[in-house]
Amino acid sequence: MADAGAPVAAEPSTGHAGPRELQHQFDTMEQQRDASSLGMWVFLVTEILFFGGLFLAYTVYRSQYARAFAEASRHLDIKLGTFNTAVLIISSLTMALAVFSAATGRRRALALFLAATMFLGAVFLGVKAVEYTHKFDDHLVPGAHFHFPGPYARQAEIFFSLYFAMTGLHAAHMIIGIGILSVLLRHARRQRYGPDYYTPVEVSGLYWHFVDIVWIFLFPLLYLIGRHLH
Amino acid sequence: MSQHVVPRKIYFAVFTALIVLTATTTTISFLDLGPWNTVVALGIAFVKATLVALFFMHVKYSPRLTQIVVAGGLFWLAILLALTLGDFLTRGWLPVSR
Repeated sequence: MADAGAPVAAEPSTGHAGPRELQHQFDTMEQQRDASSLGMWVFLVTEILFFGGLFLAYTVYRSQYARAFAEASRHLDIKLGTFNTAVLIISSLTMALAVFSAATGRRRALALFLAATMFLGAVFLGVKAVEYTHKFDDHLVPGAHFHFPGPYARQAEIFFSLYFAMTGLHAAHMIIGIGILSVLLRHARRQRYGPDYYTPVEVSGLYWHFVDIVWIFLFPLLYLIGRHLH
Repeated sequence: MSQHVVPRKIYFAVFTALIVLTATTTTISFLDLGPWNTVVALGIAFVKATLVALFFMHVKYSPRLTQIVVAGGLFWLAILLALTLGDFLTRGWLPVSR
């Protein structure tokens, strides 16, 4: 609606996607949509194994150095961790509502929910940056300046190596996700998506929710394992 | 996914469950349950992940082929974990002569 008075660009902005969006190799829009979702899932399966390798490394080292991992875990900020978990869950809700809005033709709501999801993703990354800064200040970043009181310094350094590798890779996925959403938002504002065609929104949603699931496992494994000690 | 549009009611219900489970897992982590701390934390994470996959990611409403691909991915992850941990967690069970 906001673009009603704007000059018509190279592509028609009627909003009636219809057969124009149907690639020639597919018979129907439904077949095309199912194929796209399946393709995204195949990619996500490779991502499951990608992160799976890191979770495996974590499990192996924690089984060897359980006490050190629990001690090191207590140096993470549980308040910020819980807050960020909630932020990501809310962002998953807004993403799901964006897909719903696209599927039901609520175009203004679609743009709004996409923007909200991007904003929440940025909040998550901002909090993560604050946490990383604290780790640098406290000499908890693995390397020459790493310092950890007590007898578990070397093993704690392994914990923090895994912490930065896993949360860093996760944050990289968040940054990519926000980039994808910014493209979606641009297209949404040009009325590209509607009930007939919203596969990019659906498929990007799958990616966003997957990144949320990774954090759902990172949060307890990194933040919660040593809280009951002392 | 087909033509199915998931009603908003379901999204809000899943969202509420996810927030409640997050509060629960954080609270429980301060109680000393011995080895059960890890079991409970991972159990809750598993429930949350399942809720996200089934409803937010529409696996529940997806074609059978998509569901099989998802299950296949998890099966391969299980192979990765089971075979490696089958080595690491069983070391020292048998005495090794040097």
